[in-house]
Amino acid sequence: MTTQTPETLTGAQIAVRLLERQGVRTLAGIPGGAILPIYDALSKSSLIHHVLARHEQGGGFMAQGMARATGMPAVCMASSGPGATNLLTAIADAKLDSIPLVAITGQVPRPMIGTDAFQEVDTYGLSIPITKHNFLVSSAEDLLKIIPRAFRIAASGRPGPVLVDIPKDVQNQLVEVDEWPEPGCADSVPPPAEQLIARAAAMINEATRPILYLGGGVVHSGASEAAVTLAEKASLPTVMTLMALGAMPVDHPLSLGMLGMHGARCTNLALDECDLLIAVGARFDDRATGKVAGFCPQAKIIHIDIDPSELDKIKTAHVGIAGDVRTALQMLLPAIAATARADWQARVDDLKAAQPLRMPGVDDPRTPYGLIRAVANCLDDEATITTDVGQHQMWVAQAYPLRRPRQWLTSGGLGTMGFGMPAAIGAALAEPQRTVVCFTGDGSILMNIQELVTAAEEDVNVKIVLMNNSSLGLVFQQQTLFYGERIYASKFKGMPDFIRVAEGFGVPAVDLDRETDPLAALATALSTRGPMLIHASIAMHEQVLPMVPPGAANKEMIGG
Amino acid sequence: MNSLTQTENQALTRRVLELDVNNHAGVMSHVVGLFSRRAYNVEGILVMPVGSGETSRIWLLVNEDERLDQMVKQIEKLEDVLAVRRHGAAHEVFVRLEEFFL
Repeated sequence: MTTQTPETLTGAQIAVRLLERQGVRTLAGIPGGAILPIYDALSKSSLIHHVLARHEQGGGFMAQGMARATGMPAVCMASSGPGATNLLTAIADAKLDSIPLVAITGQVPRPMIGTDAFQEVDTYGLSIPITKHNFLVSSAEDLLKIIPRAFRIAASGRPGPVLVDIPKDVQNQLVEVDEWPEPGCADSVPPPAEQLIARAAAMINEATRPILYLGGGVVHSGASEAAVTLAEKASLPTVMTLMALGAMPVDHPLSLGMLGMHGARCTNLALDECDLLIAVGARFDDRATGKVAGFCPQAKIIHIDIDPSELDKIKTAHVGIAGDVRTALQMLLPAIAATARADWQARVDDLKAAQPLRMPGVDDPRTPYGLIRAVANCLDDEATITTDVGQHQMWVAQAYPLRRPRQWLTSGGLGTMGFGMPAAIGAALAEPQRTVVCFTGDGSILMNIQELVTAAEEDVNVKIVLMNNSSLGLVFQQQTLFYGERIYASKFKGMPDFIRVAEGFGVPAVDLDRETDPLAALATALSTRGPMLIHASIAMHEQVLPMVPPGAANKEMIGG
Repeated sequence: MNSLTQTENQALTRRVLELDVNNHAGVMSHVVGLFSRRAYNVEGILVMPVGSGETSRIWLLVNEDERLDQMVKQIEKLEDVLAVRRHGAAHEVFVRLEEFFL
C-alpha cells in the first residue's frame, strides 16, 4: 500500500486509476449504458489509449493479441447484457489457450440485479466455466482488492482470463481512498521437487529413443531457450504442439515440427517409435495425440507442467513434475549427460528423408504453400504471424518458418474462426515496431470483418493475407474424405468482393489474382506501412495433408 | 439425476469430500459447476458457515469413479477453495443427516 492524501473518488475512477497503476496503456472495448461511468472516467485518463472495437468479440481478441504478443495481462471492456455475451467467446478462447486476460464488464445497478432489467444477463454465472476466476463487485471499496487480484490471478501459475463484473451503482459509488494497493503481479511458483528432477534426468540419460514434446506452456513461461539447450545437450528430437511453434526454430536440425492431426509423417512415425516422451508445458490435446491408446505406445512419459491437474489427466506419467517449466528445465540441465545418440539421430534422419512434410506447389505463389512461403520470404523473424482457423491455419502451421517464441499467435484450443484479424490488431498495438501478418480464409474473415475499420482507424501495421477458396475449406475437406464427398453447406454461393469490402472499410487492398507479378506485388504490399488486405484465390480442392482421421491413431495418416 | 437404479447406486462406493471455502454468493456455483459440466452427479451437498462466517465448509457425497482424482485437482485450483479433504463413505456427516430424509 502506498499512502497519499485521501481522495474521494467514484468506483469508476478507482477502477481506471488501478488499471493505470497496473501499467495498462492500451485496452479495447465498446461502451454501453451499464459501463458509462467507467468510460467517463477513462475519458480523463492521459495514460490509457482506448481502442474502440466494433464488436465486443473483436475487442476481446484485440486484448488477446496484446497478451499473446507480450505475455502480460491485457484488458478488454464491454457493457452489460449483449456486450458481455459477445465477449464470452474471446474469454473462452483465452481460457483454453491459457492467455492472461482481464475482462471488465458493466452490470445493471445492484438493486436491479435479478429483475430481468434492460440489458441484464447473469454475466457472473455465464463466465464461471470459461474463466480462471471471476468477480461480481459489491462495493467500490472492494475494487481496491479485486482489480489487483484479478491481474495477479490472470498472470500467476497457468495464466488465464479473469472477469470483473461491476454494477453501475458501484461504479458511481463515492469512497475515500487514502491508500493505493500494489499492482497485482504473478505469484512465484515453488520449485519442483529435486528427487523428481533427478528421476527425470536419469530416465533421459538412460533412454535410447527419447523425444522432447513442447507445448504452449514453454512459450508462456519463457522456457524456449532452456528447451532448445536441453534438446541440444541430450540430442533430443523435438516435436511442438500448434501452440508451441517457434519455441524451437522449426528449421532447427533437431526439430520435427508440429505433431498430430496435420503433422508430417516423419514426426508422427518418430513418436510411434520413441521409448521416452518428455512432455513440457503440453496437455496431450486430442489434436496432438490422436487416439490416446495409440500415442507413443512404447514410451515412458515424463510430464512437466505448472498445472498439477494436467498431470495424469490424459496419459499417466511415469514421472509427473508440477512446476514452472523453465525452472524445471534449468534444474534438469546440469543432470543431463551430453550425448550424441547417433543411432536414434540416424533413424530420425532416415524418417525425415523418407517421409518429410510434402508441400506441393511450394515454389508457386498461387498455391497455398507457395503463397505462405512467398510471404515468409518477404519478412524476417521480427514479424508476428496470426491466423484464423481452418485450412489456412494448418498450412501456415506446417509451412511458415516460425523461429521465435511469441512470433505465432493462433487460436489453438477453442479453434475460433474470427480470431486472426482482431488478434493481429492487438499484437500491432502492443508492438508497433513489428509487421503483423494475419493469414485468414474467406470463411473466417467474415466472422469479425467489422474490425477492418478499427485497423484503419488505428492505422496498425497489419497485413491480412486472405486465402480465398470460396468454401469452408476444412469442412469441405472432411466431407470429401469422410462423408462420401457429400458436400453440404461448405461451398459459398455468394462471394463478397473482398477488395471493395476492404476499401469500403478504409483499408487498402491488393488482389494477387490480378497481378502479373504476384511476388513483386506481395513484396510491395508487405513493405508498405499500415493496414493492407492481400487477396489471393486458391483452389477449392486443395487439402491439408497428411491428415489423421478423427478418432484414429496418429500413425494412420491419410495422404502427404 | 443420474440414470442408475437405486440398487445400482447403493452398490457404488461412496466418497465424502470436505471443502473449506470462502463464504460468498458464487462459491457453490464454482464448485458444483465443475461436477455438472463433466456430467458427474453429486449425490449429497451440505454447506454451513464456519465461525465468524468468513469461510464455509462444503460436504459433498459423490460416487467413486476414475474421474475423482481429476475432480479433486480441479477443485483445488478454484481460487475460493482453501482446502480439500477426502473421506470414506463411513464418514458420519451424511449418515447423521439421513434421519431428516426418513
